[in-house]
Amino acid sequence: MEIEEVYSSRELDKVEGRAINELIARSQQIIPDPDGWLDEELDRNILLTSVDAVLNWARRTSMWPVVCFPACCAFEFITTAASRFDISRFGMEIVRASPRHADLMITAGTLTWKMAPQVKRIYEQMAEPKWVIAMGACAISGGIFASSYSVVPGYNRIIPVDVYVPGCPPRPEALIHGIRMLHKKVSRASITTGGE
Amino acid sequence: MTLALSGKDIARQIEKQFPGCVAESAAESLLVKAESLLEIAAYLKNTPGLDFDYLTAVSGVDYFDCFEVVYHLTSLKHNHSLVLKARCYSRDNPALPSVVGLWRAADFQEREIYDLLGISFEGHPNLKRIALWDGFEGHPLRKDFL
Ligand code: SF4
Repeated sequence: MEIEEVYSSRELDKVEGRAINELIARSQQIIPDPDGWLDEELDRNILLTSVDAVLNWARRTSMWPVVCFPACCAFEFITTAASRFDISRFGMEIVRASPRHADLMITAGTLTWKMAPQVKRIYEQMAEPKWVIAMGACAISGGIFASSYSVVPGYNRIIPVDVYVPGCPPRPEALIHGIRMLHKKVSRASITTGGE
Repeated sequence: MTLALSGKDIARQIEKQFPGCVAESAAESLLVKAESLLEIAAYLKNTPGLDFDYLTAVSGVDYFDCFEVVYHLTSLKHNHSLVLKARCYSRDNPALPSVVGLWRAADFQEREIYDLLGISFEGHPNLKRIALWDGFEGHPLRKDFL
């Protein structure tokens, strides 16, 4: 009985009513907009950010891969690109046949020494900034062919690699994880320091 | 289905034409002496009733004491096939006559055998490595490679 007296709903209503009235009393003035001094035209057209943030955003959301699919891992890349996993979510659906249009090389497959000069040349033809994802065991270390007489034991013998995605072959989820890691790496880049 | 001709039957037919040129014959294949390979191949291709106009595959085998080259022949006209073989016994300079003049299909395959086993095909118009690069040391399909 006593408890109901103190915490009755009437009591709560009173507390609430007081709080609302106090808030109304405190809220008679409009909080000024920090951009209030801008005129309307400027207000609608200026967005402040850092150059790095804009550049890195643009770079990571439109990474176009170049064709470099010498072996079986290519099929997992194809699945990644097709509708189920759909890398167009990351602005990557355009796989370029010309290295001059591409920023990213996903090395999906075993590389032989006979093919290596061509891959190196394609990498060199890509415009800066450019990145490389080594996809699969073969790309990382030569995989099951590592000790073969004709296989390059890892793409990092001929071109610099940014992200390594293990697997034989890696599933599309793994490749997408690698792509997301590369996005993080790109977000940390700065034009003032040049690198990350 | 393509009818696989017996090596024994063909051997009997060839023996009449080229005595002493067949080294071995079995139901599934026919081994001929290297020096008469070209003549016999031409005979198999051009003789009415045999007409082996199509070379399906050429492959090389290393048996340590000899190299064997296997020719899978087919006749599109009669829908029958034959396995022809020849051997060379030198390990340093194995050589066989090239059959490119008879079947153009042999061109790349003989180059591949030359590349990986080191067998020279005499008379091949463009005998050079095909899968490996110029300057590669050795022939990796040989059993004693590595
Ligand atoms: S890692 Fe495996 S799946 Fe990928 S190219 Fe090598 S062997 Fe093929």
